[in-house]
Amino acid sequence: MSCCNHTHGVAVGCCGTAETASEITPDQWAEVHAVIARHKDTPGALITVLREAQDVVGYFPPELLDCIAEGMNIPASDVFGVVSFYSLFSLSPKGRHTIKVCTGTACYVKGIREVINRIASEYGIREGETTEDRRFDLEGVRCLGACGLAPVMVVGDDTHGAVSADKVLELLKKYT
Amino acid sequence: MREEYAARLHAPNMRHIFICGGTGCHATGSIAVKDRLVEEVAARGLGETVRIVETGCNGFCALGPLLLVHPDNIFYQKLSADDIPELVEEQLVHGRQVERLLYRDPQTKKPIPHFGDIPFFARQQPWTLRNKGIINPESIEDYIGRDGYLGTAKALLELTPESIVQEMLTSGLRGRGGAGFPTGMKWQFAQRSPGDVKYVLCNADEGDPGAFMDRSILEADPHAVLEGMIIAARAINAHQGYIYCRSEYPLAVRRVQIAIDQARALGLLGRDILGSGFDFDVEIYQGAGAFVCGEETALMRSIEGKRGMPRPRPPFPAHKGLWEKPTILNNVETLANVAQIMINGGAWYASVGTEKSKGTKVFALSGDVNNIGLVEVPMGTPLRSIVYDIGGGIPKKRKLKAVQLGGPSGGCIPEAHLDVVVDYEEIAKVGAIMGSGGAIVMDDRTCMVDMARFFLDFIQDESCGKCTPCREGTRRQLELLEKICAGNGEEGDIALLEELSAMITESALCGLGQTASNPVLSALRYFRDEFDAHITHKKCPAKRCAALLDFTVNAEKCKKCGKCYQTCPVQAIAWQKKEVAVINRDICVRCMSCFEACPFDAID
Repeated sequence: MSCCNHTHGVAVGCCGTAETASEITPDQWAEVHAVIARHKDTPGALITVLREAQDVVGYFPPELLDCIAEGMNIPASDVFGVVSFYSLFSLSPKGRHTIKVCTGTACYVKGIREVINRIASEYGIREGETTEDRRFDLEGVRCLGACGLAPVMVVGDDTHGAVSADKVLELLKKYT
Repeated sequence: MREEYAARLHAPNMRHIFICGGTGCHATGSIAVKDRLVEEVAARGLGETVRIVETGCNGFCALGPLLLVHPDNIFYQKLSADDIPELVEEQLVHGRQVERLLYRDPQTKKPIPHFGDIPFFARQQPWTLRNKGIINPESIEDYIGRDGYLGTAKALLELTPESIVQEMLTSGLRGRGGAGFPTGMKWQFAQRSPGDVKYVLCNADEGDPGAFMDRSILEADPHAVLEGMIIAARAINAHQGYIYCRSEYPLAVRRVQIAIDQARALGLLGRDILGSGFDFDVEIYQGAGAFVCGEETALMRSIEGKRGMPRPRPPFPAHKGLWEKPTILNNVETLANVAQIMINGGAWYASVGTEKSKGTKVFALSGDVNNIGLVEVPMGTPLRSIVYDIGGGIPKKRKLKAVQLGGPSGGCIPEAHLDVVVDYEEIAKVGAIMGSGGAIVMDDRTCMVDMARFFLDFIQDESCGKCTPCREGTRRQLELLEKICAGNGEEGDIALLEELSAMITESALCGLGQTASNPVLSALRYFRDEFDAHITHKKCPAKRCAALLDFTVNAEKCKKCGKCYQTCPVQAIAWQKKEVAVINRDICVRCMSCFEACPFDAID
């Protein structure tokens, strides 16, 4: 496995194969290295680094996990353990638009299940899956804390309240 | 300084427009409303006499976007940007109310212009939420004008750490995260723990589905939480604090960060606070989506950057917590009360409430209830009063079936026990828990077996997997409930559920597992007949479990409106005007859309 060489906290890139054979662009690598450099001496910063790295790349391909493990000086198995534990982190590529359906109690009582079923049957995805054309991910979130708007769905950064199975497909049309 | 800021709020000829900027109102378009308001006020040259303030969550989320015109306290609701020109012209220029935008009494349909006359607000006692909707959460000046940091000044300059703890003990404040442990006692343990390095943590990982008061406090009044942390730190002599906040709450994170920066700039955080010689600083730590991280030992593991798994207690965090140092962890709502207790004294706080539960409690009221939002009531208030007097009852004249309290660790309280009062012990007696304060109202269309299944699905999804009873036991319970909901329930399933519940409760490692069976046990306690109907008669009385439904139209109930025909996604329904609808069960995919759409319960 290639290594990340840091000198004085400045990333000089990795040597060779993993970085060049990866989907991650050189610019993204540079940002990831900057994130690691910023936090590598802070105890307990792994989750922060993972969150910021995911914001850059979108998900965790193996080479990214290895790079973070090495940069933070934490065994790769531990890094993987943390990534697989928290629902915020994804090991597979995401779609262009993430549909977060709230599956909290109030939304459930108000009929989010019908909404999920309608999305699932229209786009052929279940919770936690991505459409083949990478247009949508469907994620169930355990309460967005906006119970006044139940049932709630968030697409990208847009929150939609009081969604119904009838309206939902119309709402999703504008996200291409 | 305080007088100056307070004076600004009460300046003559000045009018303030408090527009709600909580997450709920943002989602319904309050930003566009606010922009239009700024535009209109400027266009009419009212900039000198009108101050527009974007506040945090006002609490009446169901009516957003909303605003309050101060000092007249006129309350406007469900606004759109197009309403603004008329509102500015009438209310601000001519001083006339715009009747169509006022709140109306659901029964009499009469408009109620004054904020204080609206039953939802009038019957509350806002202590924790005292600043919601009337300050700009991103302005420390606004907060100071409302007695902000007075409690900190008193605690740091007048009181000793021992007397701070004494006030907390006198106040009788108990943990508002749900367990109800006396806050003063927790601080006392940590105070007496030897060590130079100690930590104060704020639990803002509000994972309970149906609870949103912590989020609203952080969005509306972040400084109150910081104050609570500073005072707690002084009591136990800690110099570093962390706010562990869910990443699902971006607006709360942003506003708390602004509050921290402002407090640092004024010397209220950092070195030598207010010249007292006491150092304390706070950082935000964002969670990454794990319900179990609300459990204190798991939360501390998570801040250490590891998998958020609980560990057995003792040793309690007050002796060995974060990084093995003495640590106290308090919930957002608990901390938001501390400064008020310092200012007014513990006895003042303890003057309200019941014998063992003092002060007020914030509930997040949602589900099948007319007025959805945040409700703060004195301890000892009957639950019925919360649902009917403040919540305005059940929509569409349906019957109340139960109120679910305490989320996945709690239980449901049926209509027969609705007179129970808000008190940790009283609520526990009827099989629920106070919990963090999520109160979800359910009408007669809710299937209690399905709700038990819902909570177990949640629990086994969120179980961290460290201990076998919780990891495997809740999985088996979920399988049993899924089987019952699918119409394959057998004799003996209920006994097995009860046996599993007892075992998991006794042997699980942390609170998540120990209370995981509560929703099931409470459903069995009050709604066993529904379980029997599912198992023995293969029927779902509430018509929620798709596998147990016939999908036929009841010709007697059908009013021939065609709503089911319009909503069916697979064109399985035949209908013409003035005809009863007919469902073709070969095409039907049992998606339940027609059930949701039918206003007459005509589908069996």
